[in-house]
Amino acid sequence: MTRIVIVGAGPAGIAAAEVLCARGYRPVLIDEGQRAGGQGYRQPSAGLTLDMRRLMGGEADKYEALHARFDRIEDQIDYRPRTLVWAIDGAALHLLCDGRVDVLEADTLLLATGAMDRVAPLPGWTLPGVFTLGGAQVALKDQGCLIGQRVAFLGSSPLMLLAARQYREMGGEVVVVADTTPLGAKAAALPQMLRAPRTLLRGLGYMADAFRSGTPLLHGVTPLAVEGDGHVEGVWLRDSSGRERRFACDAVALGHGIKPETQLADLAGASFAYDADFRLFLPQTDASGRSRPGLYLAGDGAKIGGADAAEASGALAAHAILTDLGVAQDVGAIRPLARKVARLRAFQRGLARAFAWPVAQIRAQPDDTILCRCENVTIGAVRNAMAQALGPVEVNRVKAMTRCGMGRCQGRVCGPALQEIVAGLTGQDGATAGRLRGQAPVKPVALSTASAPTP
Amino acid sequence: MADVAIIGGGLIGAWAAFFLARRGQRVVLFEKGTVGAQSSGTNFGNLRLQGRFPGQYPLSLRSHALWEDFEALIGEGCEFAQTGHLYCAFDEDEQAKLEGYAQVSESHGLAIERLDPAELRRRFPWLGPATVAATFSARDATANPRLATPAVGRAAQRCGVDIRENTRVSAVSQQGSGFVVRTAQGDELACGSLVNAAGAWAVEMASCFGETAPVFAAGPPQFVTEPLPPLFTPSLQTIDGSVIARQTERGNVILAGYPRTAADATANRAPVPPVKTLAAMRALARVVPALAHGHVIRVWSGIEGYLPDMIPVIGPSLTAPGLFHAFGFCGHGFQIGPGVGLCLSEMILDGSTPTPLEPFSIGRFRTETVVSDKFRKEFD
Repeated sequence: MTRIVIVGAGPAGIAAAEVLCARGYRPVLIDEGQRAGGQGYRQPSAGLTLDMRRLMGGEADKYEALHARFDRIEDQIDYRPRTLVWAIDGAALHLLCDGRVDVLEADTLLLATGAMDRVAPLPGWTLPGVFTLGGAQVALKDQGCLIGQRVAFLGSSPLMLLAARQYREMGGEVVVVADTTPLGAKAAALPQMLRAPRTLLRGLGYMADAFRSGTPLLHGVTPLAVEGDGHVEGVWLRDSSGRERRFACDAVALGHGIKPETQLADLAGASFAYDADFRLFLPQTDASGRSRPGLYLAGDGAKIGGADAAEASGALAAHAILTDLGVAQDVGAIRPLARKVARLRAFQRGLARAFAWPVAQIRAQPDDTILCRCENVTIGAVRNAMAQALGPVEVNRVKAMTRCGMGRCQGRVCGPALQEIVAGLTGQDGATAGRLRGQAPVKPVALSTASAPTP
Repeated sequence: MADVAIIGGGLIGAWAAFFLARRGQRVVLFEKGTVGAQSSGTNFGNLRLQGRFPGQYPLSLRSHALWEDFEALIGEGCEFAQTGHLYCAFDEDEQAKLEGYAQVSESHGLAIERLDPAELRRRFPWLGPATVAATFSARDATANPRLATPAVGRAAQRCGVDIRENTRVSAVSQQGSGFVVRTAQGDELACGSLVNAAGAWAVEMASCFGETAPVFAAGPPQFVTEPLPPLFTPSLQTIDGSVIARQTERGNVILAGYPRTAADATANRAPVPPVKTLAAMRALARVVPALAHGHVIRVWSGIEGYLPDMIPVIGPSLTAPGLFHAFGFCGHGFQIGPGVGLCLSEMILDGSTPTPLEPFSIGRFRTETVVSDKFRKEFD
């Protein structure tokens, strides 16, 4: 029987596995996490008891439903937690699990790799105590920890309000939720966001929560710096009226929305195109998630759509796989899924415009702002390299000349900001600035793993 | 109109342009992509003097003097470091081979130290027990290939060279006593002499003049670890080629190792099969056990031109007077790059070079092609 491998056990991967199981297939489900659920529906580490209903709030029912569904299919699938796909070579997936490497051949591959935070650099953003917004939520859900007692939420993301609510729920103090996007931009995106009225209402609810709790909620701010001596002590920002303000805090959650995790799609041979709304290169698929023959993409790893879209797109991709394997499909079941995915992704496109990536702010950063935190490359170093004769005009050349994007994270953190700096200096758009190509290993791999016996 | 047109903006093309312009020539350099982006920029960065093809030593030593003088000549650095090179053997056969290499090196005036196991453990205690003997050459060095060629290109520009990046040459032909170069953009340039330094793409141009060589594209799989505490200074190479490693000043360990990997010159890609990464990781952990817990963060290769006898083509065309070839460097062009550029400038301006280059003539492919022992060992 065809070996179908799904990478990622979030809502997309789980929904896809369900559809395949229902047709008698036994897919392999590879999960980098300790437990299924992905990032949004992450479960606490084993042995840790957390009140997840309280933490998940309005999402609690969905959280419980997804995990119940996973539990129902777990013995019908080959579930492999704690497993990283570190490289893809043709049909071979190279795995790393518990310090050992292994190879798995996949006839059909569905990548449901999810998303990660996108952050804009600013002075002081590498200080201990600064977390990405998603990281701040992971600390809470996975370990039951707050990143600090007095937390500033800074960036441009509707998730800031959700995370702020979660932090308040768990006993943290939220000193400010500061959004770089003007309120007007959000109002302008309302028509598009009305395509998902429930999600929109939920967002407005979080906003009302913040008002009720007295958390300062600022729009249209310009973050100036995170400051502190060896650790975060405060954030400086300019508010929409031009006034400089300091908020004392011991931690900062920084986030400008999320971006698809696309390295595996890149290694698997997906083609990419620049998306001007998201200002990112995204893998190309048809409406059902087909990339190239044998390769399917679903969830936020293909295109940001949120958890509900991820779930529907996972099921949709599984139906596409079955169709392509010659298994007759119920068109009546597929159409609503396709409509749901299209609608929710259109909503996210509206969100991407409303909670914009702060391009001007990034390009205006002072020279000594660190851009690549793995390799300690400043924005000034990139500007200098680009200004010299035979200097780079494209991100991969900048990488070669400056080491920006050459470190442990391989440009996953600095890549989007680097692209804006390059585009700004060359007077081009992001498409011409290019993209850092995915390279194996997707995450660092110890030399010793190559010598360890295979599991 | 130019005196010399150079096709290929790699290390060789850039150095040739630099030396020609310094002697007053009007030089135009065509590069289909960006200067130093291919094998000149993606190689390991070894400036190894030990174990080279014997006929290459005069060129190699001449080139080394240029590397040693890089900053003064070029006006900026390229992380040149005289780290020395430690050549390791795992058994007696390999040790005999090392001895042979050492004698050739010494006959050209290099100082080679022979190290027995006790001496090895004393001076290089991080070496694992697999290494039973080694030779050490203190003059061998390394440089950063990502920085070197653009720096030479800038120096050439300052001497007046017209560097045209992102300009693909579409046709070359003879015209009178010179040549005409046509680009994909539709431009034409007449020139007196022509240098073919187009790397893995060089045969296309040679064939315009009825010459050929069995060039194919490949590259060594390479990886780099995260920065690690300083452990070793010299470049480290096992004689079987499974490990060619060095630690940079910032702590990253770079590794290149055989067998080499296939590259696609048309698609401009040189992917590294993960199994080769794993094999190289195992090999490095065997030679330097302390690195076993280091993490590999990035893997790459590059598109290099290879020939079955594993030595390059350097010298005048045998069919088109005024045309000079320099390609097929078989993974060891970085060290000799500056010297090749200098020799090309001498051949063009003086009619000859004092450096013996007979073994590198393109004419050797008119008769039966020699397949070298290295070729059999370094590819799978």
